[in-house]
Amino acid sequence: MAPIPQPTSAMQPVLRALRLPQFGLGAKLAALILAVIVLLTLLAGWIAPHDPLAMNPMVRLQGSQPGHPLGTDNFGRDIFSRVLIGGQLSLIIGIATAVVAVTLGLVIGLVAGFFRTADAIIMRAMDALMAIPSILLAIALVALNGPSVGSVIAAITIPEIPRVVRLVRAVILSAREEPYVEAAIALGTPMRKILVRHLVPNTTAPLIVQGTYILASAILTEAILSFLGAGVSTETPTWGNIMAEGRQFFRIKPELILYPGIALSLCILSINLLGDAARDMLDPRLKKRAG
Amino acid sequence: MSGYILRRCLAVIPVMLLVAVFVFLLLRLTPGDPAAIIAGDMATPAQLERIREAMGLNDPIPVQFATWIGQLMQGDLGVSLISNTPVSIMVAERIGPTISIAVLTILMSVVISVPMGVLAAWKHRSGVDYAVMTFSVLGFSVPVFVIGYLFILIFSLRLGWFPVQGFQPISAGLRPFLSSAFLPALTLSTIYVALIARMTRANMLDVLGEDYIRTARAKGAPERRVLFRHALRNAAVPILTVIGTGFALLIGGVVVTETVFNIPGLGRLTVDAILARDYPVIQAMILLTSFLYVLVNLLIDLSYSLFDPRIRY
Repeated sequence: MAPIPQPTSAMQPVLRALRLPQFGLGAKLAALILAVIVLLTLLAGWIAPHDPLAMNPMVRLQGSQPGHPLGTDNFGRDIFSRVLIGGQLSLIIGIATAVVAVTLGLVIGLVAGFFRTADAIIMRAMDALMAIPSILLAIALVALNGPSVGSVIAAITIPEIPRVVRLVRAVILSAREEPYVEAAIALGTPMRKILVRHLVPNTTAPLIVQGTYILASAILTEAILSFLGAGVSTETPTWGNIMAEGRQFFRIKPELILYPGIALSLCILSINLLGDAARDMLDPRLKKRAG
Repeated sequence: MSGYILRRCLAVIPVMLLVAVFVFLLLRLTPGDPAAIIAGDMATPAQLERIREAMGLNDPIPVQFATWIGQLMQGDLGVSLISNTPVSIMVAERIGPTISIAVLTILMSVVISVPMGVLAAWKHRSGVDYAVMTFSVLGFSVPVFVIGYLFILIFSLRLGWFPVQGFQPISAGLRPFLSSAFLPALTLSTIYVALIARMTRANMLDVLGEDYIRTARAKGAPERRVLFRHALRNAAVPILTVIGTGFALLIGGVVVTETVFNIPGLGRLTVDAILARDYPVIQAMILLTSFLYVLVNLLIDLSYSLFDPRIRY
């Protein structure tokens, strides 16, 4: 007897993708870099040779030397320790944004895709939200709500939501025409179960890819906000804040911007490469297009 | 055709109205009292009350919204709380640098990125292809301000080719303008080039697999004609679309680039206004940039038929 098709078929490409050996060299390298960054950041409290906030006017703006592998800043603080610690908040904000944006986007997109009456209103609102430049919207939200971590997360999340909603809605719109959904409706399956069991699994693969890109762009946006003076409070070392402080001393000590910049770029680069790899894996049709 | 254009233009109205509602609510629903900002720290409650009354802040929210929209319709963008100057005058003073750098950026980006994408697709899976793809991934991943400072470090401080910061308008002469605007525009281009090159390559790859490309080659059309006439024209619509959606990136990039290069443009004006909680300027700037974004995308939508005669409205 033929095996009964599993209802979780939409999860299969996801499971397949998680078998690492299929990843290309670039993606493996990216995974390695990201793992190193995350590990260094998580263990920053133990690895950092100095207290990232400890000032020492005797060693202001020094170059690389024993005890200060990347030199010191204008307050004599150890740059290496600051860059290590600076990654913590960037990663936390990035992950929180990705999770919240995907969750809210999924719920709103489901409603828009499945309930036709709500669709027009929701999508016009999303169009309007997308028309507002996300950086400006985010700076405004932080400036008006105060520079707390929560308000930064909210400020970066809100402009990301419309993109998730569009994606989820598009997937739901095509999935709801499938015979299995029609069959489920005909059998009198409760609405909740149709949504959760038959429709949501279709969005898993594209949402994993989209979530990765949101993670990368959230880390980038956080840095831009801090850099413009509209991020978390300036006493907290984040990659963006370290660079913002380094601006004044850029001519005499460009490393103040370059080192956190390199850490930030490597982090975003590796996440983007992993996102590309995940996309190729989950949707082989796109592989030819984006290579 | 004209019916379609009209309908497309009318569809902009509800979107813009919703943007206006968002922007309005954003500022009204957040803590902070504009009257307190104007009055300063020394104001008495009675003075505060007078300012509130004068600004209409005591009116119900819908009335305030209607008044604001009514003023906007008459071209009145409000008056800055900080400098007491009409916002329209502030915008007029600052728009020059922003527009000239934005136009230079778009020109440079398209001139660089489209040939890059075409070349990468033509030499698919070659060294050139991988180089273009690597560049475009990097362009997405390295933040605009890091690129900006890197360029200043290399081209201004080390090589001394360009001034470090500051801006010269075109009216000061083409050379001074270009030497002050080139690095900001190049900085701003990187992400845009990455985006367009990637999209051009992907669409060219699709089109190059079509039967009519084989036919064109078989009948002996020169390769250059096949690439640009047969292939690129058919790939033009999605490329145009991405130029439009990428416009949002450009707006965000302008804000950052103007800070890095110390350019007195609209981006800096907006950030300064937001940080100083200058409500009328914030409202006007967010509304203006959103309107610009919608307008650019509308124009691009309408231009599809120029590039693809099969699209008829």
